[in-house]
Amino acid sequence: MQNSLIRKVIFDEKSRSLLIQTLTIGIFAFVIYILVQQTAYNLDKRGISSGFDFLNMAAGYDISIRLIPFTSEDTHLRAYFVGLLNTLLIAVCGCFLATILGFLVGIIRLSSNWLFKNIAYVYVEFTRNVPVLLQIILYYSILLHLPQIKQAIVLLDNFYLTNRGFFMPSPVFKEGFGIVIASLIFAVIASYFIKKYLKKRQETTGRQYPIFLINSALIIFIPIFFYYTTGMPIEFDNPVLKGFNFKGGMVVRPEFLGMLFGLSVYTAAFISETVRSGIISVSKGQREASQALGLKNNLVMRLIIIPQALRVIIPPLTSQYLNLTKNSSLGIAIGYADLVHGFGGISLNQTGRAIEIMMIVMLTYLSISLIISIFMNIYNKAVQFKGNA
Amino acid sequence: MSLEQVIQLEKVNKWYDDFHVLKDIDLLVEKGQKIVICGPSGSGKSTMIRCINRLEAHQEGKITVHGTELTNDLKNIDLIRKNVGMVFQQFNLFPHLSVLENITLAPIWVKKMPKQEAEEIAMAYLEKVKIPEQAEKFPGQLSGGQQQRVAIARSLAMNPDIMLFDEPTSALDPEMIKEVLDVMIQLAEEGMTMLVVTHEMGFAKTVADQMIFMDEGRIVEEAKPEEFFNNPQNDRTKLFLSQILNH
Amino acid sequence: MSSVALKDLSHNKYYNWIIRNFFSTWLNTFLTIIALIFLYKVGTFFLDWAIFSADFKVNFQGEVITDRTMCSKNIAPGEYGACWTIIYARFDQFMYGLYPAEETWRVNLSFFLLPFAIIGFLFDKLPLRKYFIFFTFIYPFIAYFLLYGGPNLTIVETNKWGGLLVTLFLGVTGIGLAFPLSIVLALGRRSNMPIIKSICVIFIEFIRGVPLITLLFTANVMLPLFLPEGVNPDNLLRALVAVTLFQSAYMAEAIRGGLQAIPRGQIEAAQSLGLTYWQTTRKIVLPQALKIAIPPIVNTCIGLFKDTSLVLIIGLFDLLGIGKATLADMNWTKLYYEVYVFIALVFFIFCFGMSRYSLYLEKKLKTDNS
Repeated sequence: MQNSLIRKVIFDEKSRSLLIQTLTIGIFAFVIYILVQQTAYNLDKRGISSGFDFLNMAAGYDISIRLIPFTSEDTHLRAYFVGLLNTLLIAVCGCFLATILGFLVGIIRLSSNWLFKNIAYVYVEFTRNVPVLLQIILYYSILLHLPQIKQAIVLLDNFYLTNRGFFMPSPVFKEGFGIVIASLIFAVIASYFIKKYLKKRQETTGRQYPIFLINSALIIFIPIFFYYTTGMPIEFDNPVLKGFNFKGGMVVRPEFLGMLFGLSVYTAAFISETVRSGIISVSKGQREASQALGLKNNLVMRLIIIPQALRVIIPPLTSQYLNLTKNSSLGIAIGYADLVHGFGGISLNQTGRAIEIMMIVMLTYLSISLIISIFMNIYNKAVQFKGNA
Repeated sequence: MSLEQVIQLEKVNKWYDDFHVLKDIDLLVEKGQKIVICGPSGSGKSTMIRCINRLEAHQEGKITVHGTELTNDLKNIDLIRKNVGMVFQQFNLFPHLSVLENITLAPIWVKKMPKQEAEEIAMAYLEKVKIPEQAEKFPGQLSGGQQQRVAIARSLAMNPDIMLFDEPTSALDPEMIKEVLDVMIQLAEEGMTMLVVTHEMGFAKTVADQMIFMDEGRIVEEAKPEEFFNNPQNDRTKLFLSQILNH
Repeated sequence: MSSVALKDLSHNKYYNWIIRNFFSTWLNTFLTIIALIFLYKVGTFFLDWAIFSADFKVNFQGEVITDRTMCSKNIAPGEYGACWTIIYARFDQFMYGLYPAEETWRVNLSFFLLPFAIIGFLFDKLPLRKYFIFFTFIYPFIAYFLLYGGPNLTIVETNKWGGLLVTLFLGVTGIGLAFPLSIVLALGRRSNMPIIKSICVIFIEFIRGVPLITLLFTANVMLPLFLPEGVNPDNLLRALVAVTLFQSAYMAEAIRGGLQAIPRGQIEAAQSLGLTYWQTTRKIVLPQALKIAIPPIVNTCIGLFKDTSLVLIIGLFDLLGIGKATLADMNWTKLYYEVYVFIALVFFIFCFGMSRYSLYLEKKLKTDNS
């Protein structure tokens, strides 16, 4: 009788699955319990305390690249935010640059000129098959071997390329600049309404208007107009050589530039492949059908090819953005103060709170990945071709 | 006495590199004529009609549509494409646009029509092909026969004088061929000038004014249907007809 | 992409190809000229720097170079190119790290046997395939014995390993260990049992959402904390753990794609024949799924191979790490172009080779299935 009960349990699908899952949870719980015990014991032995109180203690180190003010007396928590902002900064700039370069190269790969096509191909293959860390280090080395400050390369009188960074004038905004900004905002809002209005007019009368040109002109010239009429309210604080350094102006550090070039050029190679296969995926018949209807080439692109290509391009494009963001963690190799370098590296060494800090860092990256994935899923659902096609 | 000639092909030759795909093609199409072109695959029939709206380019000879000569001049090409409609074997509907948007696209952007007017015309043609209720659906939700009918409506919405059909039913399941052929027959009865590349000989017998048989890039035989089916002159025509009519 | 086809000038397909690809429009012709000028300038510059004006072992005065001051370009600046001597001088380090010179034959032997170990997996139609697959399974033990040491072979601690040895070790071992784990993860993710499925999903999404460097740090710093006293895994092993877990998550996703591509009908047919879940999986589903998934799997392997370079951040000396260390040596600083170009070339050869193999496979799959 015992026998048949056990048999029943093992061979019945439902109870077997229940059994397996219970066992699994049991094993996991056991392993985790042991790990936690062991870790607590080890931490205790080494005199490392735990907890998150270190976040309120002074960091004790400086961060040279930062978007918000930070001194060595600021807390580790603030160091976390500085690092996070730096990570986001390089991620946004990198994605922006990589997208432009990637689309450009992708389109070149589709051109009919054999030489351009294959030069682009060589670029893509070389860049994709060499580690990104090597490329970052290479660009950084090149930047470090720019001339010293005293022999800086001068561009346009006030821009200096040196081995300590790219020095440039910083804008000082005077009174009246607020008006220029307001006029820009006004121009953007106006262009939105103008676009709606002109589109409606096209629907009712059939006439087509060069909406893009009109709006671009608006957004460019209105602020320029107000800039001049309010007496040009921007002054530039030029970097001036005093002793061994520049005073005034602002500087873009070689660490940032090295990361930017390395990440952008690397990711652009992958993006170009995505763009190329996206455009190819639109079948030839689509182009032929639109041409047979009499559509001109630019309309064929705009109304038929590009909308369909984008649907195919955007999901893998988003995962490239994610990869770039994760690769920004390599900043530690060249001293760019991203999240992993400062908070994850220096703070960790100083406080010894490895587990807490690593947890925070990993959760941060997970959140970024999650947010981007959610947006991508929303976009994906919205643009699916309706139907079974 | 002779009707206006809307399409003229004079000594048209085309090569793909060294492959001679169209050899000395001479063809005259009168207004309102229905011409059915048949022949084995690779004979150049699709290539020939695709030359008429410049989806392919000919290297020698002269093609004239409605008095406009077809050359590399983009203005001529645009003019011709506005007046010549084409229906493809693979339908080629735009999957990201609704059925209605598929049909109104060209009238709005090429003929610069107001949206309302374009939609009214589109609905009228959808009624004509007997699927007005599908207007808001997307191509992926329609059957093959429905899609092809939308494709026909899409071309008709531009009010062309000439319609080209490139094997319009070859990609359809058998039970849907009839609904598309019915639309084409109706179109023929209304007087449209049609060039149809097809294997549907029943359709040809019903509608064609002129049968053309092509083989290896040449027009081998050209005759009225009764002559063509009952008394083909050329041996190759006889062979082809015996193969295709024995199903 | 021009909608107006060209009036081809001849029936010669080579001539036409040239016209179409180089001179089809005025713009195209202009671009061709620019590209040719660009190629000429860049090509001649690079060839000159890398080969014609470069030093290999002796400089232009005929002396054997022993440090950077003797490189031609440092003696006569502006006139000479790369000083490749650094590669020759440090070649052993690039390949083996600090592995004792008299024992490097063991490393060479492992390298040599490696292709035989993988070839069984890679090529379907191999004669005597069974023996090769058998060798694949015993190779890890042979390699471990050779590389680390044991009875009759002196032990070489892993902190002496470096250069290409470390890169290949991490890459190959990482992939090898990750492979079975990733199959389990992929199957688990598709399981009907919610607990199993959740564990797999959480693991995969967690690993894929964080940068590899954080996993390396975690393994480096936290592994000693998790283990009982006295058990102190060495650095290379810690990195291996991180790399294996990382690779398994990405490979699992690639395999999952392959699993999803198997039509449900296959499983239904197997079930109606009376096969159990494991039999179905092992004999029907997995063989087909893995075949389909090989191109994306190879892609993850290429990624892993490149990512092994990250271990330099935690103080291990892979190929790139040795490169940096060499540049820090007073005798050879400032020869960074030479070192990095060399390292890039090595990586390129391996990764490009793998991607070519993947393309070969994709083609083969297409013709097999159609």
